[in-house]
Amino acid sequence: MEMLLAGNEALARGFYEYGGEFASAYPGTPSTEIMQVMAAFFKEDVYSEWAPNEKVALETAVGASYGGARSIAVMKHVGLNVAADPLMTLSYTGVGAGLIIVTADDPSMHSSQNEQDNRYYGKFASIPILEPSDSQEAKDFVKYAFEISEKFDTPVMLRLTTRISHSKGLVQIGKRETADHSGFERNIEKYVMVPSHAIKRHAIIIERLKKLKEYAEETKLNKIIWNDRKVGVVTGSIAYQHTRDAFPEASVLKLGMGYPLPINKIKKFASEVEHLFVVEELEPFYEEEIKVAGVAIEGKKYFPSLLELNVDLVRKGFEDAGVMEADKSASVETKDTVLPRPPVLCAGCPHRGIMVVLRKLKVFTTGDIGCYTLGALPPLSQIDTCLCMGASIGHAIGIEKAGKTKKKAVAIIGDSTFFHSGMTSLASAVYNKSSITVIIADNRTTAMTGGQENPSTSKTLMGEDTSVINLPDLCKALGVEHIKIVDPYDIDETYAILREEVDRDTVSVVITNRPCMLFPKKIKDTPLRIDTDKCTACGICFSVGCPAISGSGATNDKGKPIPVIDPAMCTGCWICAKVCPAEAIVEDKS
Amino acid sequence: MKKGTTNILIVGVGGQGVLLASEILSEVAKSSDLDTKKSEVHGMSQRGGVVTSHVRFGEKVFSPLIPNGEADAVLAFELAEGLRWSHQCKSSGITIVNNQKIIPTIVSTGKFSYPDSPADKIKKKNPGARIINAFELAKELGNSRLVNTIMLGVLSQFLDLEEEKWIEVIQRMAPKGTGELNKKGFLEGRKFEN
Ligand code: SF4
Ligand code: SF4
Repeated sequence: MEMLLAGNEALARGFYEYGGEFASAYPGTPSTEIMQVMAAFFKEDVYSEWAPNEKVALETAVGASYGGARSIAVMKHVGLNVAADPLMTLSYTGVGAGLIIVTADDPSMHSSQNEQDNRYYGKFASIPILEPSDSQEAKDFVKYAFEISEKFDTPVMLRLTTRISHSKGLVQIGKRETADHSGFERNIEKYVMVPSHAIKRHAIIIERLKKLKEYAEETKLNKIIWNDRKVGVVTGSIAYQHTRDAFPEASVLKLGMGYPLPINKIKKFASEVEHLFVVEELEPFYEEEIKVAGVAIEGKKYFPSLLELNVDLVRKGFEDAGVMEADKSASVETKDTVLPRPPVLCAGCPHRGIMVVLRKLKVFTTGDIGCYTLGALPPLSQIDTCLCMGASIGHAIGIEKAGKTKKKAVAIIGDSTFFHSGMTSLASAVYNKSSITVIIADNRTTAMTGGQENPSTSKTLMGEDTSVINLPDLCKALGVEHIKIVDPYDIDETYAILREEVDRDTVSVVITNRPCMLFPKKIKDTPLRIDTDKCTACGICFSVGCPAISGSGATNDKGKPIPVIDPAMCTGCWICAKVCPAEAIVEDKS
Repeated sequence: MKKGTTNILIVGVGGQGVLLASEILSEVAKSSDLDTKKSEVHGMSQRGGVVTSHVRFGEKVFSPLIPNGEADAVLAFELAEGLRWSHQCKSSGITIVNNQKIIPTIVSTGKFSYPDSPADKIKKKNPGARIINAFELAKELGNSRLVNTIMLGVLSQFLDLEEEKWIEVIQRMAPKGTGELNKKGFLEGRKFEN
């Protein structure tokens, strides 16, 4: 049977078919659906869970692998930064049953704060990298990954990119095969990484890399498609697909294994073609490896490191290199500069209330990773920093300690992000006698990535009921003395409470209590409408940035636009009504 | 339509049903025994952003992305989006635009304005463009969410894919209980002329 599957779906399918038993992850675009598919379709055979962060996800998957279950840890590219600590030494211990680390990179930063190329992590940790180029390979490579992992006693990195994760293609469906593994066996020289053991393991890892290089020369993962021998291209991942379309006449050495490279195979290929190129997305990773091996090859000179590649960019690279006739592609007119559509907080989003209050408080707001980051953009324009998961609290402490900024800094962090990596920073705030205010925007879900469960949700990934970690109790246990709960729709009360807490000279935490409007289910109350008799067209309601409010087209006598509320979109949160000085926003009874 | 790969670019605004439409189209292509790829970027689209979906099918498809200016059809669910993407259509291709405006908040705050007479501008670039009141038609049929199947119906006139396959896939993939209605929407679009 054949199915049309996204790379993420195919990978989950592969994990199921090739005997996977344990999966752990922290949600992150573009990797999230892998786990949702596992939980939705394979829960009879595969245990899957959300971990509070990627480090815990990897450590747990390592435990499951040591314990004899074929395992996988799934994360987006920046998640591997968090999991880098276990990764580097995991390379030394090796595995029990097969272990795969999925990193889903995000060239073009469709939904990320950077576009780091995680292939460097594979090399850094001396572990093999497999790079599927479509959905079928996303499934098939799981099988190879398990075989390599178990044969060479190594974790294997399976690297996806947004285009692989989220593109659909045809996939052959097979049956589940299982492998037999025994449980954990004590072996301290392998599993306890103290210096005397680690020294021995490092020697083994250096040997392992040599053997992996030999494997790379022979494996079917790396294959040559012979065409015209004038131009040869070394490529992998999605760049392979673009290359085949851009330059169908070229011969191609397709790398399914992105590290270590089959250097001899590449040398032989090089000797059989006139001009040799390497086409890869992001950094010159293959290029550096190949050049170091003494092979003359060109890559980044013609193909950009910035953003995703596509057929046109690849074509242009070959044109610039003089191996391809310039063609019509150059004549495409540029797109009209039509209006931008920046993402906005949903209608009725409880984060909006907090942003409106913070604006009134005139504070700096150190932000974090989540929907509330959208509060940085106009018209809310409130968030001032966003670096990485959990950074908001550290930033606020640092700005305060630097002592040169008059305005107070307030940190805002979501529930999921707080569990991910905010708790330790809050401990630091208390311990180091900071006087910052931390807002935990607790909407009881991981909303930005599509509403995944977390320790604030009361459900597990597999849909079981579980206990909720009580945030006020947790903060109290960390030593915070002033903890307040606020209703972010009640702007006046939230303002009063935050005013007091911001002015306080010890750490305080303010927790919001409204759920996300979208997840787990859409919330909708009676919508509001503009009473045009009362509306003075002052425009203040536009400043809350609600997508349900737009210009009606009508204007007052001074030409100022009169707003209108879309009743289908408005959830009746009343935030706009509370900022309207003319009390012109009223319930829409129709 | 020419032999080789057929490229369809479907565009709109988050929440308009672009993704379901491209899902349906790719399933129809697949059930016609064609190699099929579909690509879009989710992420922030849920929150009012631009949504684009590339669907490619034929004997063998490599890249999931349509090269610049090589769309055989651009199916736009919104006027300004039609304007934004119509240049991706081949001169021999067809641009089909739903005559509906979705005005982002950014316009209300006065920083940007919604383009003037987008339909005329689209027609200037693509004289054969079809502008369709799919939203009105959907409401007449009793459900404003039928826009996507109506649009697919119009698109189907220009594609060499069998009607039964379309109907089978639409009935299978439409939200529960709306199969018949969506079939009706599709057939309305399929006979649409202008
Ligand atoms: S803030 Fe109130 S008075 Fe001002 S334009 Fe909006 S609805 Fe009218
Ligand atoms: S009440 Fe106002 S702010 Fe809230 S959803 Fe409706 S229009 Fe938007």
